[in-house]
Amino acid sequence: MTTFDAAIVGGGIVGAACADSLSAAGLSVCVIEASGVGSGTTAAGMGHIVVMDDSEAQFALTRYSQQLWHELVTELPTNAEFEICGTIWIATDSVEMSEVKRKQESYSEHGVESEILDESSLRTAEPNLREGLAGGLLVRSDSVVYQPVAARFLIDRAKRRGADVIVGKRVIEINGTGVKLADGEFIEAKNVVNAAGSAASDLSPGLKIVKRKGHLVITERYPNFARHQLVELGYLKSAHGKSADSVAFNVQPRSTGQVLLGSSRQFGAEDGEIDYAILRRMTSRAFEYMPLLRKLSAVRVWTGFRPATPDNLPYIGKMPAQDGIYVAAGHEGLGITTSLGTARLIADEILGRDSAISREPYSPGRDLIEH
Amino acid sequence: MTRVATDILVVGGGAAGLSAALAASARAKVTVVDDNPLLGGQIWRAEMGKFNSPAAKGLVDAVNSGEIRVINNAQVFAAAARNTLLAETAEGRSEIEFEKLIIATGARERFLPFPGWTLPNVFGVGGLQALVKGGVPVAGKRVVVAGTGPLLLAVADYLRSKRASVVAIAEQTSASRLGGFAASLFRSPSKLVQAAALRAGLRGVPYSTDCWVSSAHGEKALEQVELKRKGRTSTIDCDILACGFNLVPNVELAVPLGCEITDGCVVVDKFQKTSIANVFCAGEPTGVAGVDSSLVEGRIAGLAAAGDQDGARSLFAKRDRARRFGEALNRAFALRDELKALADDDTIVCRCEDVAYGRLTEFENFRDAKLQTRCGMGPCQGRICGAATEFLFGWKPGSVRPPIFPVKMENL
Repeated sequence: MTTFDAAIVGGGIVGAACADSLSAAGLSVCVIEASGVGSGTTAAGMGHIVVMDDSEAQFALTRYSQQLWHELVTELPTNAEFEICGTIWIATDSVEMSEVKRKQESYSEHGVESEILDESSLRTAEPNLREGLAGGLLVRSDSVVYQPVAARFLIDRAKRRGADVIVGKRVIEINGTGVKLADGEFIEAKNVVNAAGSAASDLSPGLKIVKRKGHLVITERYPNFARHQLVELGYLKSAHGKSADSVAFNVQPRSTGQVLLGSSRQFGAEDGEIDYAILRRMTSRAFEYMPLLRKLSAVRVWTGFRPATPDNLPYIGKMPAQDGIYVAAGHEGLGITTSLGTARLIADEILGRDSAISREPYSPGRDLIEH
Repeated sequence: MTRVATDILVVGGGAAGLSAALAASARAKVTVVDDNPLLGGQIWRAEMGKFNSPAAKGLVDAVNSGEIRVINNAQVFAAAARNTLLAETAEGRSEIEFEKLIIATGARERFLPFPGWTLPNVFGVGGLQALVKGGVPVAGKRVVVAGTGPLLLAVADYLRSKRASVVAIAEQTSASRLGGFAASLFRSPSKLVQAAALRAGLRGVPYSTDCWVSSAHGEKALEQVELKRKGRTSTIDCDILACGFNLVPNVELAVPLGCEITDGCVVVDKFQKTSIANVFCAGEPTGVAGVDSSLVEGRIAGLAAAGDQDGARSLFAKRDRARRFGEALNRAFALRDELKALADDDTIVCRCEDVAYGRLTEFENFRDAKLQTRCGMGPCQGRICGAATEFLFGWKPGSVRPPIFPVKMENL
């Protein structure tokens, strides 16, 4: 029986990226995906590749990952729809404008260029925003990608290097010698990477990953209705709230001309049903910024579950005191952005290489030590 | 936003829905919600405000004149809860609360991709009939009617009455299957009379069995179709092609309510009750079986939902006969395998997202194809390509996400 160098649990964007990085390093890899490649949280998301400055560690990982996406662009198939459309963080009043200035300085210190937009230049950049907004911060280097295709591209590239990809089988147990499937089969591996997203805690008890439900709406095609990813400055407040349900204005122009609208965050909602109350809070919030959104035709609403951790940072690295077991999970709403960086850090650690950024802030041990 | 509360809500104002509403109205407060400006549904669609069928007129008048509340021009787009549907009307969102629900959402046409099927002036047979009823002129136009089933004859006859020149009717099923079906009609003489009358009306129109359209051609719009029959190919000049490859049950509302679905049809018990306690279903969503079956299923559902189990029971035998006719119909006009091989690699399968046949052959199931190509993710939610890929590749249709029809963002 084959013993793989690495078994990767989960074929979402993070598992796919790990398969790509590890196979690129010459390791023999097996990916086990319970449902379909890129069909879970990966498919449910927006595909916004964004630098976030809410903590040093978040900044380092998102920035590093974005650079890796930019290196990958020329190889991505055109139907991955990668587009550097930029993000505009929108300020409604003078208080938020001062936050815009702080944010610009912070980006600048980290070598990310951004421009402050005043009221009129914001309207010029995005004519469908309402009048009277204070301004915003344009970060040109942010981009969007059609993430299911990107995940499949990474998996296919790993396959061409010889990776095995098992779809439709569920992993029920992992240990230092491999993974056990629901049908009783055991796949031997020297290293196991738990990239099971919001299910990662089931396989690695002690991880504090909880599901955080979100809603998205997509419209019919309205080319140029929006031109940049538009996010309200208050987004971070929504992303970091610990208990209450929250919504934030977040609009993405797709290369198809469709408009993708988010976002909502709910803890403790286990079923995937549409919650019309929070959906309407979310759309109402968006109408406050872009009144014409009211009249656009919505073709689909769906929900997804972000794998959230207590400190908003993903778990990346070796499980303490468990030889051969690594975690790459808990990316909340940033899994598409940070998948590539995550995969590099995992590969570096397994191979004993140095990393481009410090791995320490993401170590799964940080939460486990409290026990 | 408006709120409506009713004992029994009927979704769909076609044969099954009207019949259900009328049957239930003796004992309960009934509301019918329909997406058209006038009741009648597809098969009884009114022509310039008038009904051609006396049966249709009778039932529509009875429903309109009674205590039944009728909400026209309302598109039910989601189930917000087990007892609440959301609909979009000209006034905005409507929330309709019910004790019991009768789903009578009918069926739609199946389209199959062949080279040229997306050319202007290629229509579904039912779609073309609806357009003509709405006033689109066809006088003097050369029309080829192709596909399968009695609907081809009915529509050809109708088009001739509108002075179209029906230049060919191409029926894909074999002469022997058709013969067997005709023989079975002796058990339902009224159907035989109908069929004979239609054939008489279509005297002089070339009608071929074992015959199907293999491609359509034209510079900017349809000019010519290629027909295949017994290994031979012939071409025929025409202005319009009307295609019909049977009907597909509309189960998009039943699915989010949690109703059990088997082989694309809503599962019901003898009383037309679905697997969900307060939800009934009648007509084509339970299995395509024609208007007589829809009418009697509607009555049973209406009576049973209103608590008249004995009344419902008295109609079981009639319903079972009507369903047997439907089953014979489906066997006689089952689609032949050759139709799976018509599309080229670059023939569009998903019109909403421009996904071609060749791209889809890379995938093993609808979900993967959908995620990777967006097939089925457009405004029609896979209603057209889902039925096509089910036939072409044997794929189970993917999940339908709300809204089941596009709706203004403010009305969600």
